[in-house]
Amino acid sequence: MKNLFLLFALSFASPSVFAATQLNGAGATFPFPLYSKWFDEYRKVKPEVTVNYNSIGSGGGIKALLEGTVDFGASDAPMNEEEMKKSKSPVVHVPTVLGADVISYNLPEVTKRLRLSGDVIADIYLGKITKWNDPRIVAMNKGVTMPDKDILVAYRSDGSGTTYIFTDYLSKVSAEWKEKVGTGKSVSWPVGIAGKGNEGVAGLIKQSEGSLGYVELIYAASNKLTYADIKNKAGEFVSATPETVTASAAGALKSMPSDFRVSITNAEGKKSYPISSFTYLLVPSTLAKEHGKEIVDLLHWVISPSAQKMAGPLEYAPLPSGLVSKVKAKVGSIKVE
Amino acid sequence: MEQLLALPIVRSFLPQGRKEIHLGDRLFYLSLKSLSVLIILSLCALVYLLWGMATPAFAKFGWGFFTTSTWNPVTEAFGSLAFIYGTVVSSLLGLLIATPVSIAVALFLNEVAPRPVGTVLGFMVEMLAAIPSVVFGIWGVFSLAPWVRATLQPAIQSYAGWLPIFQGPPYGVGMFTAGIILAIMITPTISSICREVFRTIPFTVREGALALGGTKWEMMKMAILDSSRSGIFGATVLGLGRAFGETMAVTMVIGNRPQISASLFAPAQTMASIIANEYAEASSDMHHSALAAVGLALFLVSLLFNGGARFVLWRTDRKFRSRA
Repeated sequence: MKNLFLLFALSFASPSVFAATQLNGAGATFPFPLYSKWFDEYRKVKPEVTVNYNSIGSGGGIKALLEGTVDFGASDAPMNEEEMKKSKSPVVHVPTVLGADVISYNLPEVTKRLRLSGDVIADIYLGKITKWNDPRIVAMNKGVTMPDKDILVAYRSDGSGTTYIFTDYLSKVSAEWKEKVGTGKSVSWPVGIAGKGNEGVAGLIKQSEGSLGYVELIYAASNKLTYADIKNKAGEFVSATPETVTASAAGALKSMPSDFRVSITNAEGKKSYPISSFTYLLVPSTLAKEHGKEIVDLLHWVISPSAQKMAGPLEYAPLPSGLVSKVKAKVGSIKVE
Repeated sequence: MEQLLALPIVRSFLPQGRKEIHLGDRLFYLSLKSLSVLIILSLCALVYLLWGMATPAFAKFGWGFFTTSTWNPVTEAFGSLAFIYGTVVSSLLGLLIATPVSIAVALFLNEVAPRPVGTVLGFMVEMLAAIPSVVFGIWGVFSLAPWVRATLQPAIQSYAGWLPIFQGPPYGVGMFTAGIILAIMITPTISSICREVFRTIPFTVREGALALGGTKWEMMKMAILDSSRSGIFGATVLGLGRAFGETMAVTMVIGNRPQISASLFAPAQTMASIIANEYAEASSDMHHSALAAVGLALFLVSLLFNGGARFVLWRTDRKFRSRA
């Protein structure tokens, strides 16, 4: 009985044995399933540190970081110049994993996986290709009978990193898209109807035959949506998988700027899936003494092999090994004073 | 003190002939007054804050903000006409469907159904109001929208397809579906207020109508509906207020395209839903400001409709009184 009481008392006391540190982060929803797994596992590596992550959206994460209410932010799109200017000290972008958008569609009569190219997708979203049996779609899908159906275009109504990546890709592959619509988390869409969130777009696609829309790879994979193979810069048709998404980061390695604030859509390389992107953790380049070392340690762990190998099973693409060393050097340059 | 004593309500609390007031009464009066002032102040603070946030957008676009319907976050060209149109039309559509249904529900529950049935059904109708709007939205996306696309729209188009308001391809989501969702969401509000209004009519009036040889329907029409006109109107105004502000359920079924289309089956966008969709991820200051300006526009439109409704109510009230 006495022992039992002691055990009980100890179970309350044990956290205070270590000098408990709590790190607070907020931002992107896209990497949330992985981050919550990571930060949970991190307690086994460093029991004295708890990491608290709020998935409030990339924009919210950037705002929280700028206001100094969190220790780190998280965003799918890199911060733009306007946002960088608002920050007191330069913000370091640490790529953690990669994600991708897939082009999902609903054509019950087509059983073979569809093939699409960037310029065709752009013209569909510009309203210039309106039929599934358009000669340009038929030409890249030899042996598939394309139905004589209207294409119903679906897009995201809420501002999102998913939309940013997709419009960034279209701007790279279509000059007309770049000029008429451009890149952004919300844009003015020439045609189509919108659903809120991945689930909203997926819902529209599921219910309407002949529809087409973009959703996150992770969402599409876990909900068993059908999605097209996309023609990459090297001219190959590639399926979206963690491997091909990682390959696109490897393909972009040569032209990688030192701050990693770069779009890797339409990347070089035969295996690269073209609608891929980084997701980042954001920290100030100079950290306060309090918690500073803990934050740097966490960032080092996140890009370490033991953390990166947890990405694949959850359909996230790990960083290519060539990039990890560069990111490591960047994290090492963060000052703690 | 004199000022306080001048109020009839305060005087009514005083014993006959007493001029002084107890400290307790005074404190009670002051606390009530400060609470009511607080409500007005918080409303003013809200408008002030919105105005402050929206100033950059108004400075850049001027009146054009209310008269154009371009909404392009990339080029930072913003106009809110399409959203104002979407909010007003979807809400009025909801009201058009919900009002007759709600009145019929209220009449049935109060006058026709046996009391136990009325109590149980009335409770269930009011439970509709307790369902979170996102649940309505999900039901809208997965059940209502497919039904509108596959059944309702083809049926309407086969009878009235020549009308421009019923033309266009079937998407399932759009203004019409949003109107139906809103109708379901505001029915409990309107019907429960109508029930309360009908209850205020004395039984002697009903009995009088029946004694004059009226049928049950004639009794309801003469004794209840005619004399409750202003009450019913007030109930619909409250329903309209709820429809204006509804965000989540509408966002999920309206199609979210900032356009003004003649067809009710075309996708549209409302003021509340554009704010909910884009505020969290708006990346430029002008975008934020424009969204705040949309918020202010929503406030103004609600104010305009509520004020207009009060005015109509006041006019009809006066007309009735002068006739009596």
